[in-house]
Amino acid sequence: MTNHWVDIKNADVVLIMGGNAAEAHPCGFKWVTEAKAHNKARLIVVDPRFTRSASVADVYAPIRTGTDIAFLGGVIKYLLTEDKIQHEYVRSYTDLSFIVREDFAFTDGLYSGYNPEKRSYDKSTWDYEFGHDGYVKTDPTLEHPRCVYQLMKRHYARYTPEMVERVCGTPKEKFLQVCEIIGSTAPPNRAMTVMYALGWTQHSVGTQMIRAGAMMQLLLGNIGVSGGGMNALRGHSNIQGLTDLGLMSNLLTGYLTLPGEKEQEYDKYIAARAFKPLRPNQLSYWQNYNKFHVSLMKAWWGDAATRENNWAYDYLPKLDKGYDMLQTFELMSQGKMNGFICQGFNPLAAAPNKAKMTGGLAKLKFLVIMDPLATETSEFWRNYGEHNDVDPSKIQTEVFRLPTSCFAEEDGALVNSGRWLQWHWKGAEPPGEARTDLEIMGELFTRLRALYKSDGGAFPDPIVNLYWPYAVAKSPSPEELAKEYSGRALQDVTDPKNPTQVIRKAGEQLAGFAELRDDGSTLSGCWLYCGAWGPNGNLMARRDNSDPTGIGQTLNWAYSWPANRRVMYNRASCDPSGKPFNPDRKLIAWNGTAWTGADVPDYKADEDPALGMGPFIMNAEGVARFFGRGNLAEGPFPEHYEPFESPLARNPLSPAQEQTLSNPAARVFKDDRAAFGKVAEFPHVATTYRLTEHFHYWTKHVRLNAILQPEQFVEIGEGLAKEFGIASGDRVKVSSNRGFIKAVAVVTKRLRTLPADGKPVHTVGIPIHWGFTGLAKPGFLANTLTPVVGDGNSQTPEFKSFLVKVEKL
Amino acid sequence: MADVTRREFLKVTGASLAGSSLVLLGFSPTAALAEVREFKLARATETRNTCPYCAVACGVLMYSLGDRSKNARSSIFHIEGDPDHPVNRGTLCPKGAALIDFIHSPSRLTRPEYRAPGSDKWQPISWDEALGRIAKLMKEDRDANFVARTPEGLSVNRWLTTGMLAASASSNEVGYLTHKVIRSLGILSFDNQARV
Repeated sequence: MTNHWVDIKNADVVLIMGGNAAEAHPCGFKWVTEAKAHNKARLIVVDPRFTRSASVADVYAPIRTGTDIAFLGGVIKYLLTEDKIQHEYVRSYTDLSFIVREDFAFTDGLYSGYNPEKRSYDKSTWDYEFGHDGYVKTDPTLEHPRCVYQLMKRHYARYTPEMVERVCGTPKEKFLQVCEIIGSTAPPNRAMTVMYALGWTQHSVGTQMIRAGAMMQLLLGNIGVSGGGMNALRGHSNIQGLTDLGLMSNLLTGYLTLPGEKEQEYDKYIAARAFKPLRPNQLSYWQNYNKFHVSLMKAWWGDAATRENNWAYDYLPKLDKGYDMLQTFELMSQGKMNGFICQGFNPLAAAPNKAKMTGGLAKLKFLVIMDPLATETSEFWRNYGEHNDVDPSKIQTEVFRLPTSCFAEEDGALVNSGRWLQWHWKGAEPPGEARTDLEIMGELFTRLRALYKSDGGAFPDPIVNLYWPYAVAKSPSPEELAKEYSGRALQDVTDPKNPTQVIRKAGEQLAGFAELRDDGSTLSGCWLYCGAWGPNGNLMARRDNSDPTGIGQTLNWAYSWPANRRVMYNRASCDPSGKPFNPDRKLIAWNGTAWTGADVPDYKADEDPALGMGPFIMNAEGVARFFGRGNLAEGPFPEHYEPFESPLARNPLSPAQEQTLSNPAARVFKDDRAAFGKVAEFPHVATTYRLTEHFHYWTKHVRLNAILQPEQFVEIGEGLAKEFGIASGDRVKVSSNRGFIKAVAVVTKRLRTLPADGKPVHTVGIPIHWGFTGLAKPGFLANTLTPVVGDGNSQTPEFKSFLVKVEKL
Repeated sequence: MADVTRREFLKVTGASLAGSSLVLLGFSPTAALAEVREFKLARATETRNTCPYCAVACGVLMYSLGDRSKNARSSIFHIEGDPDHPVNRGTLCPKGAALIDFIHSPSRLTRPEYRAPGSDKWQPISWDEALGRIAKLMKEDRDANFVARTPEGLSVNRWLTTGMLAASASSNEVGYLTHKVIRSLGILSFDNQARV
């Protein structure tokens, strides 16, 4: 989230699209209710299903799954055409005036530089035109035909209300009603918040859907303001934390990135990430990259990370490609992996195409499970009849199942979707012989280290030299680790403006990332969290819920990254002179000498606004980008592409060529492409979803939830039910080209038949919560059905749109 | 004095004083006479925690028996929403309201188990044996398949034949330590639920 849960109360309009907060985030949804009750907010829900969020909305617009970019592109066109934009904001705080290279082009659904064999782009033309001074050329009149404003206007000219209806199935009048309400937040005193979740991420164009939403918000001046923002609801209790801490195949901590194998030289690795400003007097905060990186290397390799060895650069593995989950499972199913560890992750249930997953796991030499619960993955080798029809004697994988503690049995911090790091306390011991994950990882590592010390082996250096200062080596404590990721001074840290002035003594915890240095004198395992455990102790454990301004900021409750800031980009809530756009919802303001207010300023705290520094300090431009340059795989502006399993043969927005039906830059493995189904055989569109009574695949192990929703069902609309003679309570078989599930049919009015390019299409809703272990009635894993293809950037699987057929049993 | 609670009353009277004489003197706690037993929560240890499900991160209060002395094993018997929490303000959803059944689920794993190649059942294994064997298997695989350099001579120091998925319901501290260990081994196949 750019903002946070409580801040939703400040919204004038709430758009829930690609999520269903009322059922999936009920206690957060109360802030929508609060906004409606006390701020006269209007709620819009755009969703393929008439969800419980929709049931309390002022306007509900149905949409065919996977077509959100067509819808949002239509909104962008409406805002530009009807002049519903926050002029001062977009002119000063975005790239609308930036001029783009002459050779940049977009034709028939493809951007310049496409290579159909590689299914990827040469992105060199997706860039600005630079002047002799090294800065981007701009045209403040916005009249230059190649300025971002003109390019964007041309790009979305095709996204008419008629096109939206044709692609999305949303009636034109309903679409325009939504546009009108969204457009009502263009004035500086009104704000809209956008709430989204997996309904945007789990598509082959998910990242671009989110980007399109962010562009809409920028046009309206709704980013950085109270009651506004782009708010990812997020699924797991610490999914934000694990992302911040970089537990992804391509990341280090704090959104630092692993080097590619071509980056053999340390200085070039840093230079490519320490972005120089692209406009005069911009902060471009990533210029500090080296300080963050060196402090991380000191936290990981201590004295073994020196200036002479480029801070142990050689110890970092180098990437030749992405090793995301889908790539890993592809390698596994090719028999190229031998070992795998699942720590609180149940991939047999959570990954697409269960058959592929089972085949991959069966090719492993060993599988290690660390979990509080008996997951399906841990028993992938066991026969559970038609729910898991395997022959154990043919599966040679050794499996270890290690019992772990759960949340109630450990101390530590979790990061919520609003970026709050909240400390929690242990209330009991884990059951039986179960151990904490820290004890398991600690002992596994110290055993490996002992083996490498005594026997040697392949490149032992990064293992035997790993910085391991913990009092009990086999069991590092949460406090030791929290202090380490927050950071401390290794030598006295001095004020750069006055080198005789020591601001932090050796051994002291650091107050924030501004105190990090690139000379090895500081240690911080995650720069973004620096200060969470500062000189005044563990700020994550704070519990003062007072809200002196009434705007919902509670600055002394827990700790919010970065720098305890609650609303990101809050400098953009003020006009260029530093006065709040909306004095009634003031976050910060310039008082003549400093930025002060209800939040920690997202800006240089003493920067005179007259000097023209932009509010988007992490961007080298200093402003927000409508034109995404080469940052995403598919192109600088979001373009609608159909799901990989689509009921359509051609993309109505680029009908000239077949290759633009679906994301032309998405990675698809050969066998997975062969496993895609065709509409002739699988005529119905399916989408997976969650119920309010269950959490993923956990709560079927929980008695009360298993009682509330005991049995697997699928939801079908009345149109489909009538066509196939299915009544509520009948058993049906739902098949895709990859497998089938059997479940009870629930016939509702909530899923309607929508026209897709004029042809009626039925949608089938598939709740995901059942499997072959647990207390609920045994069922089929929903991901038996889903296709293996990921978003072109994040590689998040396309679970929200695929093709099935429904048969009555 | 007429308003004293049962607990205060007992404190005041102590064991040596005869309660009946105090009653005769008019010091009778009015409500206490009707009270059959004390609320269990009043004797419980209260611990603040966070709901482990979605990222709304509702504050919860856990109530356990056991006073945290070294040899007293605590048992959590009740969980409710934390009324002081600025986001959930004491409320919980149908998932959070049933957390007690997650902690005490019959599906909780309680001892390390091992499934041999081709077997159709689990067998018990000690922690020592399990971690010893896992470390050995990992080292064998790493030593056999570690790529220090590509055929073109690029230094890459990666280990691609073993991978890991980490848990986005685990704490920052677990995530941080896991990341530190995994990268020190050179593993690149490494994700968490944020990928899905």
